[in-house]
Parts: sequence; C-alpha cells; structure tokens
Amino acid sequence: MKKTDFTKNFKEWYEGNLSFDEQLSHNVEDIPVEHKKDEPHHVRKKIRTLQKLENDERKATKFGYRVFSIVFCVIICAVLIGTVNFLPGFADANAPTANEVYEHYVGEGREQTGAVNTVAGMILDYRAFDTLGESFVLFTATCAVLLLLEKAKNAPVKKRETFTFSNDPIICLVVKLIVPIIIVFGVYILFNGHLSPGGGFSGGAILGTGFILFAMAYGEDVAAKVISAKAIKIITICSLSFYCLSKSYSFFTGNEFNGVHSIIGPGTPGDFLSGGLILPLNLAVGFVVCCTMYSFYMVFKRGRLD
Amino acid sequence: MNFLINYEEVTSMILFAIGFTMLVFSKNIMKKILGLNIMDTGVYLFLASMGYIEDKLTPIVPPTGEVNALDYINPIPAGLVLTGIVVSVSFSALMLALTVRLYKKYRTLNLDEIYEKCSKEDEEE
Amino acid sequence: MEFIKNFPFITIVLSLFCSVICYAFKDKKARFVTYFLLIISSCMSFSVIMYNLFSETGYFAYRMGHYDAPIGNEISAGLLEPFFALLFEIVIFLSITGGYKRLQKDVEESKQRFFYIMINLTHAALMSLCYTNDIYTAYVFIEICTIASCALLMSSKRTRSLVAATRYTIFSLIGSSLVLIGIVLLYSVTGHLLFPNIFETIQALWATGEYTNPLTIALGLIISGLAIKSGMFPFHWWMPDTYGTATPCASGILSGVVSKGYIFLLLKMIYRVIGPQIFLESGINNILLVFGVCGMIVGSVSAIRTSNITFMTAYSSAAQIGYIYMGIGLGTKEALLAALFQIVAHSLTKPMLFLAAGGLSDTVGGKQDFDSLRSSAHYNKPSGIAFAAGALSMVGIPIFAGFVPKMLFSISAFGHGFKTYIVLLALAISTILNVIYFLRTLVNIYSPAIVDIPREKIHFSKIKVFTVVVIVMAIVNLTVGLHSQPIISLFEKGIEIFINIR
Repeated sequence: MKKTDFTKNFKEWYEGNLSFDEQLSHNVEDIPVEHKKDEPHHVRKKIRTLQKLENDERKATKFGYRVFSIVFCVIICAVLIGTVNFLPGFADANAPTANEVYEHYVGEGREQTGAVNTVAGMILDYRAFDTLGESFVLFTATCAVLLLLEKAKNAPVKKRETFTFSNDPIICLVVKLIVPIIIVFGVYILFNGHLSPGGGFSGGAILGTGFILFAMAYGEDVAAKVISAKAIKIITICSLSFYCLSKSYSFFTGNEFNGVHSIIGPGTPGDFLSGGLILPLNLAVGFVVCCTMYSFYMVFKRGRLD
Repeated sequence: MNFLINYEEVTSMILFAIGFTMLVFSKNIMKKILGLNIMDTGVYLFLASMGYIEDKLTPIVPPTGEVNALDYINPIPAGLVLTGIVVSVSFSALMLALTVRLYKKYRTLNLDEIYEKCSKEDEEE
Repeated sequence: MEFIKNFPFITIVLSLFCSVICYAFKDKKARFVTYFLLIISSCMSFSVIMYNLFSETGYFAYRMGHYDAPIGNEISAGLLEPFFALLFEIVIFLSITGGYKRLQKDVEESKQRFFYIMINLTHAALMSLCYTNDIYTAYVFIEICTIASCALLMSSKRTRSLVAATRYTIFSLIGSSLVLIGIVLLYSVTGHLLFPNIFETIQALWATGEYTNPLTIALGLIISGLAIKSGMFPFHWWMPDTYGTATPCASGILSGVVSKGYIFLLLKMIYRVIGPQIFLESGINNILLVFGVCGMIVGSVSAIRTSNITFMTAYSSAAQIGYIYMGIGLGTKEALLAALFQIVAHSLTKPMLFLAAGGLSDTVGGKQDFDSLRSSAHYNKPSGIAFAAGALSMVGIPIFAGFVPKMLFSISAFGHGFKTYIVLLALAISTILNVIYFLRTLVNIYSPAIVDIPREKIHFSKIKVFTVVVIVMAIVNLTVGLHSQPIISLFEKGIEIFINIR
C-alpha cells in the first residue's frame, strides 16, 4: 500500500524536521553588516555601531511590546475581578436574575408553549426573534466563507491539495462502525429538543459531524454523490425560508390589532407532536446548522460544496 | 469579599482578559483567532454560572402535575449561551477563511510582515 | 390603518427573506431582488413616519410573539427610528446603483450574488438596530452587521483589500467582545434584557447606591465597544485603509450607513437604558466630548498630510464622526439635534464623495494620488461636479446640507460654561482645516496636468446611470440644505418622544 502524505508529514513533524514552524515565530535576528570593498576603517566602524544600535532598538521594541501587553492583561484582569467582587453571590437565590421573568418561563412555560424543556420553549417561542437572528448569523458566515474560498467548478486542483484521509485504514474502519450511530444519535437529539435536553443546535452539530466523518473516510467524491451542492443549497434555502415564514405568521397573529388568531396551539405537553411550532423550527435550525458545518469542511478542503 | 465566593466568575474574567489581550496584541493571526475563542469561552462560563441557583434542578419540567417555579434554575442564561456559541463559531470560520487566503498570497502568518509586503506593493504601483 | 404598525417587523423579516432568495440565484440577477426590497422598505418606513406624525402618542411598541415585555420580545417605533431607517435605505439604494459599473470591474462575476446577499443582510441588521427594544437582539444583529460588512469589503479581487478587511474585522471583533461582556454584566446586575425594564431597574439601583460599581463598568464597556465599532478617536485608524481600498459602493455603504447604525444604537443605550440624568451625572458624556473634539482635529490634520484622495476622504469621515460624538457629549437636546442632523448630512454626502473619487481615478487607470489626478475633473465631468458638491457640503458652505449641523452645533454650544469655549474653538479650527484639505483637492482636480500619464476621457453618455445617481445625490444634498426646517421640526418632536417614552 502506498505511504500517504499524511503519515510522511506526521513522521517529519514528530522528528522535528518540518520547516514551516519558522514562519510562525518572528524571531528578531540581528541584521548582518555588509561592508563595501574600499571603505576606510572609520566608516566601517561607524556603520557597525549604527547597525548594532538598530539591532538593539529592534530587540528592545519587541521586549517593550511584550511587557506592555502583559501589563495590559493584568490591568484588565484586575478591573474585571474588582467588578466581580461587587456582583451578587454565586448561586444566590436572591440574585437580581432570579426574578419574575424566569419564574414565568418555568412556571407557565409548559402551559403556554407546550414544551417540557423550558430552554427550548424560551428560545423558540418567547424569544424567537433572537434565534431567527442567530440562524442568519450562520447563513452569513457560510456566504462569507464561500465568497472568500469558493473556486470555479473546472479550476485545476493543485497536487498539494489532494491530501486525503481515505487511504488510511484506521479512519476507514472506525468510521464505518461509528458514523451510522452518530447520525442516528443526532437525529434523536434533533427530534427530542422539546422533551429533553437537545434541540436544533446540538442535534445539527452532531449530524454535521457525522457527515464530515463520512466525507473524510469515503473520500469527497463519494460524499458529493450522497450530499450534492444542490441538495445543501436547497435544504438551507427551504429551512431558512420556513423559519422566516412561520415566525412571521407567529408574530403577525401575536398582535391583537391584526385580528387574526393563531391556529397552532401548544398541544399536550410530553407528547411527541407537541409544543406548537417548536418541533418544526428545531428541525429547520438543525438542518441549517448541519449544512453549515458540512459546507465549512468542504469549502476549506476543496473550495467547492461537493 | 465576594470574589472568594464567586470563583467561577473570577475564572471567567481571567479567561476573558487573557483572550482579549491575545486578540489585541498578538502578531500571529492564528493566535488572534485562539484569543477570540478563549475570550468567548470565558463569557460562556460567566453566563452559565450566573444561571445556577443552589440546590435546584435543571429546568426540564415533568409533563403532568404541579410545577413550582422555585424548584428549578434560571433557563435564560442557557439560551444566551446557545446564541453566543453560534456567533463565536461563525466568526472563527470567517477569520480562518481570511487566514487561508492571506497565507496563499503572502506565505506568512505574521501581520506585521503582511503589512510591510503590502506597503511595498503599494509603492511599486 | 393599524396595519401600518406591522411595517417595521415586515421590513426586517423581508430583508432576511430576500437575502435567502438572492442565494438561490446564480448570477448578478440577484440585484433586482435587492432593488425591489429597498424600494418596498423605503415606502414602508415612510408610511410609518406619516402614521406616527398623525397619531396621538406618536409612538408604538410591537410584540414579537404572543407575549408582552418582559416575557416576550418587542420592537418599538417613534419618529426617529423610521426616519433613520428611510435614510439608510435611500443611501444604500443610491450607492449600489451608482457603484454598479465599478462593481463589475472589482468583483468577479460568480461572486456578485454574494455581494447582494451581504447588502440585504446589512440592511436587515440596520433595521433591527433602529427598531429593537431588547439588548440581546441588538447584540445578535450587531454581529450580523459586522460579518456582512466585512464580507462586503472582502469581495474585491485584489488581495490588498483583504488585508484592509482583516484589520477592520479585528477592530470590529474587539468592539463586539466589549459589548458582549458589558451586556452580560448588565444582565447579572439587573436581571432584565428589555430596554424599559432595564431602565427602571437602573434608576432604582442608582437611587439606592447598590451595585454602582459593576453598573458603571458594564455601561462603560458597552459604550466603548460601540464607539470602537463606529470609529471614534483614537480607534479611527482602520478607516483610511479600509475605505480606501474597497470598491466605492462598499466604502459608501460602510462609511455612510453602518457606522451611523452603531451610533444610533449608542444613542438608544444612552437615552433609553441609562437615562439622560444618570448619563450626565456619571461624567461619561465628558469623555465622549473630549474624544469627539480630539477626533475632529486629529482626523483633519491626518487628512491634510495624506496624498491619496480616498485616504483623505476616509480621514475626513473620522473627523465628521468626531462632530457627532461632540454633540452627544454635550448632553442637551439642542446638541443631540445637531448631532442627528450631522448624521443625516454625512450619510448623504460621504457616499457621493467616494463614488466621485472612484470615477476620477478611473480616468487615470486606477491611480489615486493627487499628482496623477490633476485635471481629471475635465475628463469625467459628472464626477467633478459631484466631488465639488460633496466638498463644499463637508466644509459647510451655506446652501449645502453640511452647513445646517455646524450652525446647530454653534447654537447649542452656548450656556455650558468653559465647555462653550472648547466646542467653539474646536469648530473653528476644524472648519479651517476642512477648508484647507477639501478646497485644495478641489482646485487640484481642476488644474492643468503636470504628470504625463495616459488619460481616458469618460463622456457622460457612457456612464448614464452613474451620472443620474450622482446628480440625484447632489440635488438631495441641496434640498436638505435649503429646506432643512421640516427635518428639524421632525427631529424636535422625535427627540421628545425618544427621551420620554418608556
């Protein structure tokens, strides 16, 4: 079997031979003095002293910069810890945050939203506008990364970029065993957001990880047939549009002067199909997160979504 | 002396200060990204410790039966942390994509060297 | 008629929805979605202004969800919020129409739809920042605005703009982190996230003297975070690099609209969360005044020393934002009126200057230094006229829009003791400095050439849309300058509502 680039690079790094570490640390080296052939002696001496002064100044600037940054860190630490000193005590039942808002969320959350998990009820019903903004932060980041790194379909692929894990036997075997379990677990967490800890964000992250491992082990070409660029685009667009439209309906019916009342009720708490719009919104958010994670991996690796 | 009781908040402030200094003063872009993540981790620790109330349960209420709000901890900071984590991931992805593009052109991760090379290019134009 | 109350929420969600639709398009046809969105949003903002002018209270709050504050989220609209929303929409529309041809050169074909997606997202975030009544929603949409504006800068083909965008991103991140830690500290002390509730709690805490220390630090952190993001001195030195190397459309949007959105949110924090009484008692206003005055002078001095036309325009941005902070720092209603009018005048003028500078440098093949740009106004007449109108407005010549805020600043400066002398002196010095660099450039672009480089004469039939946009911007500028009274009375009513409603 052919030895891969990965194992060669790993060996070199382990033995300390890899050269790109030098670029990461900006060592202040002394600039060597170069003399011309027919320079008189006093001029050479002057050039040497001037160069030594410049080297010393560069070292001092770097040292001064380091000291200043440490002093800055200590000052900020001191100010913030001084602030913490005056804050309410840890786990204090009389803290300002333990007020009527949280009592309403926990006490009446089950009746009003239908969700047994009060955190899910809070982020997808009481404060749904924040979560709408948050899903769009993910969408913005995806578009920004595509803007920076996307290559055209028929761009030539450089040899250095054909680095792949799929020739590695350990990764292939472990992924074959684990990825089905990961995906099922992710789907379970996604669907159970309103009944137990979980929800769109955690479930979506786990699903996305499952797909990334699948793409790593089987190769990106195989993964592209399963999850094509068109599929990712359609899922993202549909999930975000569904989120916008359903929350618009919810906000529109929430104000009495509009005269329209919502037909979606809270349902029976504890049932699978309960919580009003919480389950569909969890699914929408989960799919958006999953597609975002997967597209980050593919765009960084290959420059394309498939 | 509240800061002996609030040791979780003190830790989170130390993490925030270290991360903030790294973000502001590091010359290496990767260290700036690491500083951003450390700083956000400090904020999440602070939020999580703010929600906890002593001797109370997680806010998953039973499906039927009486619910006494004072038996459970505060769910609001948990929701705020969820949003914060997503924002942090998005920013890290954006900065890393920028780093990849800059490295391909300038072959260095040091911001000072990148600015020097840029000003040399400007002079040549 | 009550249906008009839905309009603010519709503008926000429609912008988000349109950005998703733009993603579905393959090429630059996405811009028609953006034009459609901006036209509809402008009509909606205008109707909200009319509705509030003729209603009894002049203000309404809108529930986002089925529950009232503080349980659910809400947005609110008075007179100032929809006015600034309308202003931002007009400026964005004119910038993208005028900068379209230059965009074709600067951004690759396949990436243009991302540019329009980012413009829609910036627009959505700015609408939210104008209308929001909740501090955490404001933070989430600040982040959307930051990522989208960084992406607008990064869309250019040249790697030089990537380096400038990196610097802008890092500064914005520093500002956002300070805002986040401030919000978290504020929540731990007050226990509320909605503006009216935080206001009541802060008044109660300040009266009893409990938790004063964390409260001051939290508010200081939020204000400094927002000030860093909008370019207050001494955090303004990312401006020339960023605005100078981006495509003129993006520079216009960033300098004219995005920084003003953050300043408007800062005003909301000061007047709706802290309250004017505590703001003046705590002395934060003096810090803002000092930094504003320094920014005015340092920005103008840096503009004189540079020899690149877009860098000079960017430094003058820093100086004009110093004016706004000086007005906020004085603390009175008249000073606030002057600061708001300065926001209007600057938003209308700066994109025109950036578009004109882009047009002038196109005649000499992209060079931006003053020696090459001599007599370029003869080769591109519309850009020359636009640059002349913009420069005269920035200096403060009476018929232009830039004169009114300077007059209002001078009126509001009286009656503050020794601060009057500082403010009037700063106004005088910065006007003289503005004259030096703007009129010098204006004379420069019209004088005969000294450097022998190939010049291209751009006749205005080749740049029809650009000419129309630039003439429209100059006409709007003149109209605001000549008929400023309706806007001033709208602001006076709006400020009363803004400060006094809870």
